[in-house]
Amino acid sequence: MELENRWLRETYVDELIAAAERDERVVILEADLSKAAGTGRFKERFPERTINVGIAEAGMIGTAAGMAAMGKIPFTHTFTPFSTRRVCDQVTLSVAYAGLGVKIMGSDPGVTAELNGGTHMSMEDVAIMRNIPGMTIFEPTDSAQLRAAFPQIVECAGPVYIRLLRRNAVKIFEEGCACTLGKGIVLREGRDVTIAASGIMTAEALDAAELLRADGIDAEVLNFHTIKPFDEALLIASAGKTGAVVSAENHSILNGLGGAVAECLSENRPVPLRRVGVRDHFGEVGLTEFLKEKYGLTAKDIAAAARSAVAAKKG
Amino acid sequence: MLRKKAHEIRKYTLTSIGKLGVGHIGGSLSLPEVLAVLYFDVMNIDPADPKKPDRDRFVLSKGHGGPALYATLALRGYFGLDWLDTLNRPNTNLPSHCDMNRTPGVDMTTGSLGQGFSAAVGMAVAGKLNRSPVRVYTIIGDGESQEGQIWEAAMLAGSRRLGNLIAFTDYNKMQLDGYIEEVNGLYPLDKKWEAFGWHVQSVDGHDVAAISHAIDNAQKITDRPSMILLDTVKGKGGYFCENQVASHNMNITGEMWQKAVALLDEEDA
Repeated sequence: MELENRWLRETYVDELIAAAERDERVVILEADLSKAAGTGRFKERFPERTINVGIAEAGMIGTAAGMAAMGKIPFTHTFTPFSTRRVCDQVTLSVAYAGLGVKIMGSDPGVTAELNGGTHMSMEDVAIMRNIPGMTIFEPTDSAQLRAAFPQIVECAGPVYIRLLRRNAVKIFEEGCACTLGKGIVLREGRDVTIAASGIMTAEALDAAELLRADGIDAEVLNFHTIKPFDEALLIASAGKTGAVVSAENHSILNGLGGAVAECLSENRPVPLRRVGVRDHFGEVGLTEFLKEKYGLTAKDIAAAARSAVAAKKG
Repeated sequence: MLRKKAHEIRKYTLTSIGKLGVGHIGGSLSLPEVLAVLYFDVMNIDPADPKKPDRDRFVLSKGHGGPALYATLALRGYFGLDWLDTLNRPNTNLPSHCDMNRTPGVDMTTGSLGQGFSAAVGMAVAGKLNRSPVRVYTIIGDGESQEGQIWEAAMLAGSRRLGNLIAFTDYNKMQLDGYIEEVNGLYPLDKKWEAFGWHVQSVDGHDVAAISHAIDNAQKITDRPSMILLDTVKGKGGYFCENQVASHNMNITGEMWQKAVALLDEEDA
């Protein structure tokens, strides 16, 4: 598998500009991180529709809510922790409780915050957003998938949290692929264990499936680009077939993808489950590969978890 | 006529909270005059078409003043006066704090202080973007002005020169825990708003003519947002709660509200 030759944010901005060309309601709001989001091209094309509020995230979300109440489709941009925990009450009340369809982009999720370190490394952003009624949570895997889903985000009546890797993604999907918000994707079919992955862990899950093949374990790999609403039917069917599940996410194992998987399985189809993710601790400075090793977020870790889950099933 | 409307709003506010027996009486009773001027004179609105796109917008950022807004909306014809008896009762459309998805005529959901004001600024930004004649009116509390988000929005509105935004501060000098100046003082509030790039006026918040005059002035200022500081009395017109810190949220007996309404009737007669 190879890295894409453009940063994922470039595809995001392409799609934003295309949406704004189609629909005059689309506007963007920045909180002094437009250079990180790469939205300068949008501003060049649509200067009036670019509102930079400065370093004031709460004000940005509130302003976006007011613009949505006037019929606009606002996209807000900042890093994941400032898109979620810093503005939790504003997102909850001014956006979700008020029923306003603000699209909230958070960039550099989990360990991909790299050298910004622990202060900027959100391991809990999905957990925060998942507890807000009516929130859709979308984490694109690569540019083709982001492109396929973007018009649905624009059209979605409610709020959407877009958990966006800023840099190069590993290419998984073909251009022109289908991606429906709320519907998971079977990337690889298998009989022995299901690996449910999101974001950067999708590529690790596919690598893990290869490692497992050498052990004679046939892994099914599912991509959950939409963490909420969660595609329970897909997971239940897959778990029914394989009888063991591993979740894999660049996020705390509490109340993110692993949480959603655990809730779904324990209520509907209890099978052995192992969760690969950040095990309830803060982040720190480090490049992505270093942090993935340190926190147990690699293909090797997923494969080990899968072997454990398969063994538990036999027990 | 506007003075009479304000009295009606005050009486219906007292009655609806009184019948329930508890509520945010103090910060509701400081609002009737400005609400009467806005809803019965100034704003371009149509109660028969509450979502009319080119209507002026109103955001009660101090969302706990909802009961006064509900009395105003009922008197203006958005819904029947009988709705006021449902305040805060099961399945009501009139909850303690304002909810745009439940109450016809409410333009923004508010209640977590500081947030409505940002939304009002966002509405004004959108209005300008649309080159629309829509004006946005909003009321914040003086205690609410301790919220950092108020000043984020104040800075943005000043910086963007939002001349289509007219804000009011219900400056009754009290908050739940005591006098504002004893808790976390705002003085000099007018200077603060001026420093943020706003056109500022201070008027008697219980004088409808003075409020009307201030709004006329504010409408003529098109290159800056306007702040009208309303010198008000918390609990105004309720003999048992007027100018009392304890009026923020208090229990009210049948005798209390009925006597208060009777006293207001005598004043009108």
